[in-house]
Amino acid sequence: MNTSNIELPAWLEVVVIPILNIIMALFFAGLIMLAIGVNPFEAVRIMLNGAFGYQEGLGYTLYYTTNFIFTGLAVAVAFHASLFNIGGEGQAYIGGLGVGLVFLALDSVLPALLLIPIGIAAAAIFGAAWAFIPGWLQAYRGSHVVITTIMFNFIASALMVYLLVNVLIKPGQMSPESRYFEESSWLPQMHDAFAWFGLSITKTPLNLSFVLALICCVLVWIYIWRTRWGYELRTAGFSESAAVYAGIKPRRVVVSAMCISGALAGMVAVNEIMGVHHRLIMNFPAGYGFTGIAVALMGRNHPVGVIMASLLFGVLYQGGAELAFEIPKITREMVVAVQGLIILFSGALALMLRPWVVRLYLMVRPVREVSA
Amino acid sequence: MLDTLSTVYATIDATFRVSTPLILCAMAGLFSERSGIVDISLEGKMLAAAFAAGSVAAVTGSAWAGLGVAILTSIALALVHGFACITHRGNQVVSGLAINILASGLTVVLGIAWFKTGGQTPSLENSARFMPIELPLAGALSDVPIIGQFYSDVVSGHSVLVYVALLSVLVTWWVVYQTRFGLRLRAVGENPLAVDTAGLSVSRLRFAAVAICGGLCGIAGAYLSISQNASFVREMTAGQGYIALAALIFGKWRPLPAMLACLMFGFLDAVAIRLQGVPMPYIGEVPVQLIQALPYVLTVVLLAGFIGRAIAPRAVGVPFVKER
Repeated sequence: MNTSNIELPAWLEVVVIPILNIIMALFFAGLIMLAIGVNPFEAVRIMLNGAFGYQEGLGYTLYYTTNFIFTGLAVAVAFHASLFNIGGEGQAYIGGLGVGLVFLALDSVLPALLLIPIGIAAAAIFGAAWAFIPGWLQAYRGSHVVITTIMFNFIASALMVYLLVNVLIKPGQMSPESRYFEESSWLPQMHDAFAWFGLSITKTPLNLSFVLALICCVLVWIYIWRTRWGYELRTAGFSESAAVYAGIKPRRVVVSAMCISGALAGMVAVNEIMGVHHRLIMNFPAGYGFTGIAVALMGRNHPVGVIMASLLFGVLYQGGAELAFEIPKITREMVVAVQGLIILFSGALALMLRPWVVRLYLMVRPVREVSA
Repeated sequence: MLDTLSTVYATIDATFRVSTPLILCAMAGLFSERSGIVDISLEGKMLAAAFAAGSVAAVTGSAWAGLGVAILTSIALALVHGFACITHRGNQVVSGLAINILASGLTVVLGIAWFKTGGQTPSLENSARFMPIELPLAGALSDVPIIGQFYSDVVSGHSVLVYVALLSVLVTWWVVYQTRFGLRLRAVGENPLAVDTAGLSVSRLRFAAVAICGGLCGIAGAYLSISQNASFVREMTAGQGYIALAALIFGKWRPLPAMLACLMFGFLDAVAIRLQGVPMPYIGEVPVQLIQALPYVLTVVLLAGFIGRAIAPRAVGVPFVKER
C-alpha cells in the first residue's frame, strides 16, 4: 500500500512521528550501552541529574544549548530554501576569525559598549562571507552547496591552522592561540548579569549570548513567516519554477539564504570566543556545526523546534560529560554516536514509521473519512 | 644525479602508499554515485572498517580475518545507507552524514570499552598485518640503473592492498563499461524510469551498487589500520573519505581520471611533508596548510566550471518513486 499520499492530522505529523523517531534513536543508543555493559536507565538518570540537577550543570546545559540554537537556525534557514548547508563548522570557525581580527586591532582603543556590538557584527559578517562563496557558486556557476560547503570546512580549518600558527599566535608562546583580549571586549557572563539585579547564581560559561540566541529565534521566525523575503525564500525552496513565475529571482534567494545561514553559524563565535575563551583558539567549533544539522532535522526547521532540540542536545552534551565522569566505561563520544543515530532516524529515516502510523490511524477512524 | 633520482622515486613510492585508500574509496563512491546514490559516507565506512580490522586482527592475530570483518562492517553500514535512501527514499546526504557521525562516535566508544587504551586498538605484530611484499627479482634488479631501481624501489615493496587498489581501478573500469551489469548501473543513475520500464528492479541494482561501495571502503579502512599503520587510532581517516569524494568529482565520475586525481592528491600530500620548511625558488616557503587545502580548493574551482565541467550522473540524489 502506498501511504505517502494519505494526509495525517497535524499533531500526528509534527508531534507523534518526530517523537517516535527520537525514541527509535534512543532505543538503539540503549542497545549500544547494553553492549558495553552499562545500564541504560542508570545512564539516563545520571545524565538528567548532571544536566538539570544543580545550578552549575544547568548553566553548562544552557551554554551548550546556545551553540546549538545558532547552528540549528543556520541549517534551518538554508533548508527552507531547500539548500543543505553542511558548512556550519567552517562558517563558525571563520566567524571566530572575524571576532579575533577586530578585537586584536581595536580592543585597547574602544570601550565595551562599542566593542561588543562590533564583535557580534564581525562574527556574523565573516560567517556570512564564508557561506556567500558556496551560495554564489551554486546560484551562478552551478556547483552544489553540499559539496562546496564540505570542501569549505576543510579549507577554513587549514586557513585557521596557518593563521594561528604563523600570524595570530601570541609571540613567545608555543601553543597556537592568540593573546587574551582586553576585558572590555568580554561578553558579560550570566552570573555577572544576574548580579546587576542583585541575584546570585553559580559561575558557569553561560553568558549573554544565550539571550542573543533567543532573539535570533524570534528574528528568524519573523523573517521566514512574516516578511516578503521569507515568503520568497520558502517559495523558491518549494518550487523554483513557481518562484520565477511569481517574479522571484531564485539565484538571489540562494545567495541571501546562504549568507543569513552563515551569519547565524558565525554567531557560535560570539558564545565561544567573546563569551568564554576570550582569545582565538584552535578548533573551537568542536562539531557544533554538524550538530546543528541534527537540531534542524529534529526541530523540523522551526525556531520553537530548534530551541527544544537544542535543549535536548545541551542535555546530551552536559549529561554526557557527567556520565563520562561517573562511569569510566563511557566516554563523551557516546554523545556523538547518539547524535549520529538521531540524524539517521529523525532525518534519513524520518518517514520509515509513517506507513505504520497511517495504518493505525486508518484502523482507528477509517469509514467516516472515506465516505464523507 | 642519482640522489635526485632516489628522492623522486621515494616521493612516487610514498604517493602510491598515501593514494591507496583514496583510490579504493573513489572507486567505491563511483559505484554508488553512478547508480544514483550520493555517498558522503565513504569517510564513515572507512573509519568503521579500520576499527573493525584493527580490533579483529588484534584479537585473532590474522590480517585476513581483519580484512574480512572490515569488509563486512563496511557493507553493513552501506546497507543501512541503502535501507534509508533506497527503501525509505530518505535524504541521501543526511543519511551519509548520519553514518559518518555514528562511525566517528561508535569507534571511540567501543574502542575504549573493549581495549581500554583511549580509543586505540592494541599494536599489531607484523604477522597480523599486511606487510610490504617483494616482487620477484626486485633484489636482483635493484643494481640496474634507473629502470631496475624503479622496479625495486617503486613497483615492488608495497603491501598487497596497494596492488589491490590499483587492480580495483581496472576492474571497476571493466565492470562499469564492459559488462551488462555496468550498463544497467550507469542507466539507473541517469534514467531510472527507463530501467524500470525495461523490467529491471531499480532498488536491486542500487542495492548491489551500494554494497560494492561498502566492500571497497572496507578494504580501504583495513589498509589504514592493519597495513599502513599497526593499529587503529581514533579519527584515523582524517578526511580522506572526503578527499576521495573530491577526487571522484575531479575525475568526472570516471575510473581512470578519478584514479589520476587520487594520485595527484596523494602526490600533494607526499610532497607537503617534504616541503615543510624548505624555501622554494621564486615563491619562498610554501605553507604546508596551503598544500593540504589544495585538493579542496581545486575541486571547488572545478565544480564552479572554471577548469572544465564536472557533470554528475543525472539522477544522482533523487529517490526513485515507482508508483505514480
